[in-house]
Amino acid sequence: MSTILYLAHTEADGTLAKISREALTAAHQLAAGMGAELAVGLVGEDVGAAAESVAGCKARFLGVSGDAFSQGRYASDLAAAEALFKAVNPDMVVAPASFRFSRAIPGLAVRVQGRVDTHLTGLEAKDGKPVAKRWFYRQRMVGEFSRDERPWIVTVDAGCFEAFEESGSADVELVQVSLPEMRTTVTGIQAPDADEQTIRPDAKTLLVAGAGWTKKQADGQSHVDVAEEVLMQFLGATKASLGSSKSLVDISGEGQAVISFLTHLHQVGQTGSTPRHAKGLATCCHGEEPHVVGWRFINERRAINTDASCGWAQGKADVLYVADAFELMKKVNELL
Amino acid sequence: MSNEFHIVVCGSIVPDPLQTLEPVQGAQGPELKNEMMLPAVLDPWAGHALYEAANLAAKNPGSKVWLVSLGPKAKLQQVMMNIAQKVPFELVCADGSASGFTDSFEVATVLAQSIEGIQGLDKSKLLVFGGWQSASRGSGAVMQMLGELLGISEQFQGVDKLTAGDDGSLEIMERIEGGAYQVSACNGTPAVLGWATGELPEPPNNPQVGMQNMRLVMPALQQAKPADVVQGSSLAFAAVELPQQRRETRVVKDMPVEDMAREIVEWLNS
Repeated sequence: MSTILYLAHTEADGTLAKISREALTAAHQLAAGMGAELAVGLVGEDVGAAAESVAGCKARFLGVSGDAFSQGRYASDLAAAEALFKAVNPDMVVAPASFRFSRAIPGLAVRVQGRVDTHLTGLEAKDGKPVAKRWFYRQRMVGEFSRDERPWIVTVDAGCFEAFEESGSADVELVQVSLPEMRTTVTGIQAPDADEQTIRPDAKTLLVAGAGWTKKQADGQSHVDVAEEVLMQFLGATKASLGSSKSLVDISGEGQAVISFLTHLHQVGQTGSTPRHAKGLATCCHGEEPHVVGWRFINERRAINTDASCGWAQGKADVLYVADAFELMKKVNELL
Repeated sequence: MSNEFHIVVCGSIVPDPLQTLEPVQGAQGPELKNEMMLPAVLDPWAGHALYEAANLAAKNPGSKVWLVSLGPKAKLQQVMMNIAQKVPFELVCADGSASGFTDSFEVATVLAQSIEGIQGLDKSKLLVFGGWQSASRGSGAVMQMLGELLGISEQFQGVDKLTAGDDGSLEIMERIEGGAYQVSACNGTPAVLGWATGELPEPPNNPQVGMQNMRLVMPALQQAKPADVVQGSSLAFAAVELPQQRRETRVVKDMPVEDMAREIVEWLNS
């Protein structure tokens, strides 16, 4: 009988993040479809509470714990993953595509002579064999594939499976790890202020600001200060995520005025993030191919643009409001 | 005081992001329609890594930058005509597919072999740079496997900032969830860094740098060894397709702004 090892790391508070519980659902369903055994391997400072939170999956539980595993670090996380792998010797490894494990898990493929596929958006058993789905060319085409090499290590993206919720009692076998010489120390986390706008996975709405906000308006002048105020008012009232097009982020290099709070971290699309929000409102964007990528996983989409044939919106948005975004968004802010 | 770094940047080419892409079934698996005809650019993340490498090398005299690239050499040559004008580097290339459908493990193996073959590379001074993802496969997995194959276990991904101390130590800021950064201190080289966007704009073209680079680029292209990144993998695609979803866009243009605003607010609150 084949074995599937689900690997996850705890958060700072000892819990499992939603993306980790989603990946457990994927592993649990795959094990059922393949008739395989499921083992759960957890990494963190203390993995007891995390194990109990998902004990309903009825798997064998293993853990690597201690101070060295409280924060994400390639060498220690990979050593933990390798030790868990060797304790189970699975055919497949399923892990969440969190930043921490996206950093560490691909290296496991070399250590255990396996292969890795990342950022899966689908994983299921067909005729008892695992079949995966993921996007290629930055969310522009989707592929379904399989491979014969084992062990096969995969990471699963957020938002593709229901989060596993069945808790219970779990006996965790602790696995010892002999760490190599550690040359890296995590010295801290720099988090944005609570009221600072960024891309938040938990937000309901994504506001995308396009380059039009910094362009000359009807009076021949640009009004970046007004744009900043309008956008911040909207974000303050809705607690939406803020995204921007690449061009808006990059025009600082061309000496143009820019919206002060926009950075590369806000960039969505071809060279930025592809957030998953229930709703998206695009403002002052124009329709080039890379923008489609940033829109890919937004369910309900509306756009504001002065061009009725805007390529960003036609065929891609549910509603296009042909209007001056400065004027319309001010009214929206008044009503919010 | 400065440090000497031997910086190897791994970066390949991708179709120009403004091109519309369509998958087709080729003899060895999925390909892009008219793939060899599509204009190509240096992968954007690899570009950020290259510009950060050149900046670091310029600040630390005695440092050197190599660009290691896996791609069809005819297309690489076209892209290098532009990239070579940006920053000084020495090209090392392997002649093979740059397709997004290739196996990341096979790609990492070819890159590791190419790096191992670089004459004069001092691994004790080595920084391996690359994009943390690509605009083709976008796996975010090649750099880690490459580091493992080279025996480097100090690795960082989604890097936006690297600060080198006078004592050779490195401070690295990596992106993590929620728009935050994890800050790490590493006691020095060797290390692997997969770059996000970094903090530098694209350098302007400098024909003098271009002339200097092209003296080495052309021989490197001529000497490029063939690399097969397809045969060694069992990766099998059942299907690759474009999402067919096209929305029926309702265009609202003859409505007072107040009414549009009200409709948007109702939608946001629903």
